Amino acid sequence: MNGILPDPVLSVRNLRIGVGRRNEILHDVSFDILPGETYGLVGESGSGKSITGLSVMGLLKRPLEVIGGSVLFRGQDVLKLGSRARRRLRGDRMAMVFQEPMTALNPLATIGRQIAEMFVVHRGMGWADARRKAVEALESVRVPSPEERARSYPHQLSGGMRQRVMIAIALACRPDLLIADEPTTALDVTVQAGVLELIAELCKAEGTAVLLVSHDLGVIANMCRRVGVMDRGRLVEEQDTRALFANPMHPYTRGLLAARPRLGSRTLSGRGRLTELDQVVASEDRARDTPTMTTPRGFQAEATA
Amino acid sequence: MRLRFNFVLGLALALLVVVAAISAGWIAPYDPVIDADLMNSEMPPSWEHWLGTDGQGRDVLSRILYGARVSLTVGLVSQLINSCIGTALGVSAGYFGGWWDDLVNGLTNVMLAIPSLVFALAIMAVLGPGLPSLLIALGLTNWSWTCRIARSSTLSLKNQGFVQAARSAGFSDTNIMRTQILPNILGPVLVIATLGIGGAVLAEAALSFLGVGIRPPQPSWGNMLTDARELIRTAPWASVFPGLAIFITVLGFNLLGDGLRDMLDPHMRTRKA
Repeated sequence: MNGILPDPVLSVRNLRIGVGRRNEILHDVSFDILPGETYGLVGESGSGKSITGLSVMGLLKRPLEVIGGSVLFRGQDVLKLGSRARRRLRGDRMAMVFQEPMTALNPLATIGRQIAEMFVVHRGMGWADARRKAVEALESVRVPSPEERARSYPHQLSGGMRQRVMIAIALACRPDLLIADEPTTALDVTVQAGVLELIAELCKAEGTAVLLVSHDLGVIANMCRRVGVMDRGRLVEEQDTRALFANPMHPYTRGLLAARPRLGSRTLSGRGRLTELDQVVASEDRARDTPTMTTPRGFQAEATA
Repeated sequence: MRLRFNFVLGLALALLVVVAAISAGWIAPYDPVIDADLMNSEMPPSWEHWLGTDGQGRDVLSRILYGARVSLTVGLVSQLINSCIGTALGVSAGYFGGWWDDLVNGLTNVMLAIPSLVFALAIMAVLGPGLPSLLIALGLTNWSWTCRIARSSTLSLKNQGFVQAARSAGFSDTNIMRTQILPNILGPVLVIATLGIGGAVLAEAALSFLGVGIRPPQPSWGNMLTDARELIRTAPWASVFPGLAIFITVLGFNLLGDGLRDMLDPHMRTRKA
């Protein structure tokens, strides 16, 4: 890489995750996320994108564990930190938005309290101040009448509103990195656009880097500056978004792009409506133990603009 | 939430006992210990002694009213101890898992295997009779059901999105257990506790009946039954009324617990509707 690029916020190096020590399911994944950059991880179910995100947060659950590599966050290997120091980072410097807004909020606490908790835990604020900040946070994610909403319970809110609340919680402490794991998959399409726009806008304003995990190529294309394609636990290809869509290098990426349903299109098999990936990508072309195909970052001017 | 019949009836009975216990000092017509009139022993119920007198000429009604204090104290306090122990162990076991979970599970199974009354009897034998040792004995022997319920509820809550979200927000484990899990399992724990109060009242009566609970002459429903055992043919009122008091109390708290469960459990509600 050239010297013009800023130091990455997150630098994942040869990350390996296994079920126990033996069975490796994520093989040598490396990628960088620059400050303020939105980085997309795309791939099928089970390709390892979510556990990559979770391992950065330090939220892997047994029997999954990191068995090799490093996760450098602001130059510091978080895998070497103690659990307490890592916990301090979570929610404060790095935050996460999950897929399911319906279950991600405590049903027995008000929205305002749940946002305020972030300020109490990470900023040591008193409840009164924290509550005021919570209302501000709700306002920033454009929840209408935030004062009132702060007093309502999660079940009184729609899915889109809840996801906005989740974003407010995640961005409450102005983290350097936001990991969004399929943030809009559970929402309907019209709400999706609004939520994505909100994430993009808030993160741009704060200079927050985003790791967007998704299987939705449309979402990736709209949101991300750079995209990594994952298949079977490997990062097979990494390019700038435009370059990736214009010129996919790995056969799997090509297959993924070809498998997108298009309005009114006929599929290869003719009868079914959806293309199976197996029909497009030969299995010997799938991820193997080869280095990630990457092209250097272009359009730097845009990234920093 | 619609009030259910068993809840209302249970609440009424429980309140009756609570009021009796609190106001025993004012409404009891005689002193339960000092007013022993040997000349008027084994008197059947009359206007002077509504529920009759026992073998030593003491007013049964007064002794039942004062006995309610003992029974309720034992029931409430020991069940509070049980709930605290059971919830703390159950939640932490379910949350942390691993060897701690195995240990707590093993302990719970051991507690379930030993008849709790026998265990309480053993503790009483060590500590000696009296109210404080009763509270300890019954408070340490009945937490296993609470523990099980708390553990299983925690296990299912642990994988809920909001607990995961709280972890990703950097909350500490104790904070997550306190703010995310505890409020969500309070319903079932409350139900078990209410049902347990009835059990504790019964256990107190049993221990006092066996002579290791409350020492005579202090009245407790259990030792009233002991005293009246030999008079069952000549003065049945001396044993029937304390028995009735136990019955009403246990019934009241059990109905209250049942009603609470029905009202807190949405599945039961939809099935009934």
